Amino acid sequence: MVGGTGRGIRFSKLYSFSCVRSSFREDRSQIGQKGYTRVVHCNDPDDPEAVQLNYRGNYVSTTKYTAVNFLPKSLFEQFRRVANIYFLVVACVSFSPLAPYSALSVLAPLLVVIGATMAKEAVEDWRRRKQDIEANNRRVQVYRNNSFCKAKWKDLRVGDIVKVDKDEFFPADLFLLSSSYEDGICYVETMNLDGETNLKLKHALEETSSLQDEKSFQQFKAVIQCEDPNEDLYSFILLRDSKLRNTDYIHGVVIFTGHDTKVMQNATDPPSKRSKIERRMDKIVYILFSTLVLISFIGSVFFGTETRKDISGGKYRRWYLRPDDTTVFYDPQRPVLAAFLHFLTGLMLYGYLIPISLYVSIEIVKVLQSIFINQDQDMYYEETDKPAHARTSNLNEELGQIDTILSDKTGTLTCNSMEFVKCSIAGTAYGRGMTEVERALARRNDRPHEVGDASSDLLGDGDEMDLGKPIKGFNFRDERIMHGRWVNEPHADAIQKFFRVLAICHTAIPDINEGEISYEAESPDEAAFVIAARELGFEFFSRKQTCISLHELDHESGGKVDRTYKLLHVLEFKSSRKRMSVIVRNPENQLLLLSKGADSVMFERLSKEGRMFEAQTREHIRNYAEAGLRTLVLAYRDLDEEEYKAWEEEFSRAKTSVAADHDALVDAACDKIERDLILLGATAVEDKLQKGVPECIDRLAQAGIKIWVLTGDKMETAINIGYACSLLRQGMKQIVITLDSQDIDVLRKQGDKEAIAKASCESIRKQIREGKSQLISAKENSVSFALIIDGESLSFALNKNLEKSFLELAIDCASVICCRSSPKQKALVTRLVKMGTGETTLAIGDGANDVGMLQEADIGVGVSGVEGMQAVMSSDFAIAQFRFLERLLLVHGHWCYRRISMMICYFFYKNIAFGFTLFWFEAYASFSGQPAYNDWYMSFYNVFFTSLPVIALGVFDQDVSARLCLKYPLLYQEGVQNILFSWPRILGWMSNGVISSIIIFFFTTKSIIPQAFRRDGQVTDFEVLGATMYTSVVWAVNCQIALSINYFTWIQHFFIWGSIIFWYIFLVIYGSLSPTVSTTAYRVLVEACAPSVLYWLATLLGVISTLLPYFSYRAFQTRFRPLYHDIIQQKRSEGLETDDTPNELPHRVRDKIQHLKMGLRRS
Amino acid sequence: MDADGGSASAVGIEGRPVSLHSGQPRALYQFTQQNLPACKPVLTPGWVIATFLLIGAIFIPVGFVSLHASQNVVEIVVRYDAECIPEEYQSNKVAYIRDSSIPKNCTRYLKVHKHMKAPIYVYYQLDNFYQNHRRYVKSRSDQQLLHGLKYNETSSCKPEQLNNGLPIVPCGLIAWSLFNDTFNFVRRSEEMKINRKNIAWKSDRDHKFGKEVYPFNFQNGTLIGGGKLDPRIPLSDQEDLIVWMRTAALPSFRKLYGRIEEDIEADDVIVVHLSNNYNTYSFGGKKKLVLSTSSWLGGKNNFLGIAYIFVGSSCILTSFVFMLLHVKNPR
Repeated sequence: MVGGTGRGIRFSKLYSFSCVRSSFREDRSQIGQKGYTRVVHCNDPDDPEAVQLNYRGNYVSTTKYTAVNFLPKSLFEQFRRVANIYFLVVACVSFSPLAPYSALSVLAPLLVVIGATMAKEAVEDWRRRKQDIEANNRRVQVYRNNSFCKAKWKDLRVGDIVKVDKDEFFPADLFLLSSSYEDGICYVETMNLDGETNLKLKHALEETSSLQDEKSFQQFKAVIQCEDPNEDLYSFILLRDSKLRNTDYIHGVVIFTGHDTKVMQNATDPPSKRSKIERRMDKIVYILFSTLVLISFIGSVFFGTETRKDISGGKYRRWYLRPDDTTVFYDPQRPVLAAFLHFLTGLMLYGYLIPISLYVSIEIVKVLQSIFINQDQDMYYEETDKPAHARTSNLNEELGQIDTILSDKTGTLTCNSMEFVKCSIAGTAYGRGMTEVERALARRNDRPHEVGDASSDLLGDGDEMDLGKPIKGFNFRDERIMHGRWVNEPHADAIQKFFRVLAICHTAIPDINEGEISYEAESPDEAAFVIAARELGFEFFSRKQTCISLHELDHESGGKVDRTYKLLHVLEFKSSRKRMSVIVRNPENQLLLLSKGADSVMFERLSKEGRMFEAQTREHIRNYAEAGLRTLVLAYRDLDEEEYKAWEEEFSRAKTSVAADHDALVDAACDKIERDLILLGATAVEDKLQKGVPECIDRLAQAGIKIWVLTGDKMETAINIGYACSLLRQGMKQIVITLDSQDIDVLRKQGDKEAIAKASCESIRKQIREGKSQLISAKENSVSFALIIDGESLSFALNKNLEKSFLELAIDCASVICCRSSPKQKALVTRLVKMGTGETTLAIGDGANDVGMLQEADIGVGVSGVEGMQAVMSSDFAIAQFRFLERLLLVHGHWCYRRISMMICYFFYKNIAFGFTLFWFEAYASFSGQPAYNDWYMSFYNVFFTSLPVIALGVFDQDVSARLCLKYPLLYQEGVQNILFSWPRILGWMSNGVISSIIIFFFTTKSIIPQAFRRDGQVTDFEVLGATMYTSVVWAVNCQIALSINYFTWIQHFFIWGSIIFWYIFLVIYGSLSPTVSTTAYRVLVEACAPSVLYWLATLLGVISTLLPYFSYRAFQTRFRPLYHDIIQQKRSEGLETDDTPNELPHRVRDKIQHLKMGLRRS
Repeated sequence: MDADGGSASAVGIEGRPVSLHSGQPRALYQFTQQNLPACKPVLTPGWVIATFLLIGAIFIPVGFVSLHASQNVVEIVVRYDAECIPEEYQSNKVAYIRDSSIPKNCTRYLKVHKHMKAPIYVYYQLDNFYQNHRRYVKSRSDQQLLHGLKYNETSSCKPEQLNNGLPIVPCGLIAWSLFNDTFNFVRRSEEMKINRKNIAWKSDRDHKFGKEVYPFNFQNGTLIGGGKLDPRIPLSDQEDLIVWMRTAALPSFRKLYGRIEEDIEADDVIVVHLSNNYNTYSFGGKKKLVLSTSSWLGGKNNFLGIAYIFVGSSCILTSFVFMLLHVKNPR
């Protein structure tokens, strides 16, 4: 990355004010220094100075490989895996006489495996390349030789002037010169970059906005100095790959090209995550490597001693080996060297212990699993046409092991489609519409046994007035102020001002479509306000750079008039400021500051006279918060001209400064004017819970998953939403940690920061201690606890010295809610839980503020909601609705976990079972390194005879059906406790492999050797023994998998029995090739084995005896110590399992209703 | 075992918007939704007991039948390596066997206890002889066996590749160490005929050993290994060699020597005139002569029958234990 030094400082303003000005200001301190050296010669790319700078072209390549480097580079990638290196070394050494088998037979499977992986890489890269070609050859108009002509994107150079038409993409990062609008504005859609569909407004400088035609560009020359390429996405002007909207055309200067553009600079891979199972698998591979070394060592010691004895005192012992005339590999004179070389041979021979195809099989399986996740119709959200999407496939099984879910609230638990439901104006509360919380209660009182969907009969109950068609974002019912009746209300002027603030104080853009006006807003809250203003008679219909126009309902006449407000300044919303304001001049030439913001910052900015309705408003806000609504306070003030002028000067200075504390200066300037406000009232916006959230949370909690909600809301709102989504219930004891105590308030008034910090820390420590003692005292009577902590307290609780005790307290609580937490705190909490508990964490969120949390957690799940795609882009899995999380975890997570862990266990089993038969045979061949089987039997073992069934296991196996997974959420604990991939189980499978090899080897040799194995008196030789043993191994491992899986479709049958049949087919075909090719396999089945009854009987004996230990274990374990899935399977098979959903409500829902009843009685 | 896939899948599909999957065939839809009709076996106690009993019910009879077949085979084994050394050489058997000037003839008597029905197979059995040693197994050239002198690339045969600069046919350690004890049988002072044809696999004779390939320069070196070959007979007819070249699996093995195609009565005494040429003394290997009839199962080996009976009865026993525990521990 270039220009990393520019991170974290926002320079957006810098460009618009100082880059092109012909007269440079004094304080461009950073220009020209490190990180800010770029010089662009506008309209003059051939200028010698510009040529000298030698900036990159606009050609873009996102491919990992090129045609030239594909082979070496992808091979290098492949051999970064330790196992693959081992196999490569084996393949190389196999050309030497050390090899126990032919080189080709080692090379072939390696080539198949590496080839498959490389082919996958190649296909992926080819897709990327096609996209690149398409992008590089798109056309754009470039100003060359005094006119605009078409050119390909890739031919653009820095300094070129380009013209982009409506709905075209920008070819590079551009500096906006002018647009079809006189005032040089344009609208940009950045969907390709961050997925946000709302339009963003960009301004050109006044100096250049007049450059409109080809002639005017003839004389245009300019030099732009700016920062070096970096990845700070929002600090530049027109970004490559964003789209021009609502504007006929723009002219711009190319500043960054190709890989220097912001979008390319941002194209980094998300941090790669590995699942716990895979990490444990690596350990198993190490164990097997050690076993491999150990048995090779044992073999070489025996071999060495045997070889040494071959010549003693001039006498040849095993004379038939010609110990007098031998090679170094068998030299009795140098037994240590021979033993060492044999050790290497052993490493190759027993290499079958390490499954060569394991990694590629797991990759294939995981990709297929992801396809199933993507295809699941039960996780498909029809309204937005979005299926679930597994963005990485290597975490599938981790989904089955989640211990803690950390969830965002807005947009994740809720719809993030804000509805304006209530407001408080001049101390009077308006709005009769019922909130979801209230409505849910009303319905449950009538029909207590029905758990329905809260939004479906939304319009049926509760609304006694006539409604028009429902309007998105507006659910406000009050006859007192609707339809212009507000003019008759007591404080009509305040009401009018209130609505004006709603209609003017925002950054939305109107979009007029056949008379209907819709709005593009930065946030759904803002859209709800503008819509509310429209519905109440203050229709915002036009925004220009300097003015905003409304259709207004006239106070006196009652008719509609158009009023245009001159927009002087927008003091933008920032999470640190928690408010936004606009300064406008109304048609009566009055200066007004209209402001809206969070109650915590707004009330302290009111003037003395402005506090007339403060008490009532505060009361209303409290009520709204309890009903789970989001509130904002609205206020205004009149400005007089002198004050404004003085302030404006200061503000401009702050805005144009290039110093590092630019932001602080601007904030301070804003702070000066946003004072002495007059309170108008408060708004209450409802963010509806998503469908099925309470049920989903309930089910996840039943599955034993801990759920933490991290939200930016107020504590009251958070608690009530907690009840609404069944995270909190009536029986729970709440432990609240907050700093809203009187002592702290007193300190705050004094303003001594150090004292505040100290006292806060002490207070938090005390509260945590108290909470813990509460927990301990309540241990006996099984009361569950909920911890609620606010953001400020959290920042202290996350300190090094409190961190541990906080975590201890938190993990003992059933639910945890962190309110008013910042994005950084979300990530910190996630890390604390992940590191502190060592358990698997899942973070789920939908907005850009959740990105840190998603990347920090073991698994990040993005909800593709309204807030753009940034969360999805940095997530591992994307779902459209929170409720799909239940299915993603309980069904797919559980299945994938089970499949992968079974698959790995089985993989090691089958290779141990096979590899150890080789070792036992060695013991009877004086450890000389002669494999018991034909070379090609061995090399096809992993590739053909045993690979497909295990892939079928990994892709398709289900212990219980999806329905039962959901019905018995506790089943999920098998993954959380890692029962299926625990060390005893892994070692059990491994020893099963060893036992199988012993049974197969000894039963086979004892029963067919040394007597005649056929009626015609022929005896078993090396070839027949190999074929017989191999037959038993193929049967045994394939039947073993048939015993282990719980789910047989025709696919499993086909793969398992097909593999066995294929062994016989292979043996017939291979055996009928010329004897120089087939060597020991020549006609071995047709001529020797098949006619022998003993061959078949020995196979049967070997296979059944091999399977019996596992079968008996499973039989006894299932009956007498069943795991949870065994119990469910039994219930199903006994027909106890019916499809009825239980009649009674889950206790969480019951408790919730209880809580709501109590709440209503209180109010 | 039970299958409930059909009903479950039907439930899964109901109530879903039809438009979503109307384009897909039903089978494909079931596949992508992981809802294919499936058999889901469950290890219920009934199945467990039934399986164990079934295995027992099959294995025990099979075991008895096999055991019976094995018991019916008459097999006479006589060890002769130690007995065929004269008294004076007992302390230095290797010197005796290596000294070609000493006649190696030896006579052994076999008492037949049970009627032996023709064909009676004659085997020699060697112990502690590693025909499966890697160096030994690799030391041959299949191409040369098939094509003879036309094929020169015989480096795998080292050190028995060349002698005096001329290639050896058949080359390699296996051929060089050819077993060369011979046996003649006399019953009631009448020589019994041993058929030594067709003792090798037909595919070996036809496809692995050339009909036009004659032994050449064989056993001419300073160090003589085992038997010699008649250079006038093509390799495909040298069945002793073919049998020997088909290497044994384990260090203790039998190889077919020939067939006696007449019955031997019980209480017959058979005189074996053998020439004890082959050196197993330097590595302490035993040599045995085996006469055996055969059954449908082959030769005499009780292991298979006993193993079947053992496994079968273990299954029955396990099923009883399981039943007992099942009844004693009601759920």
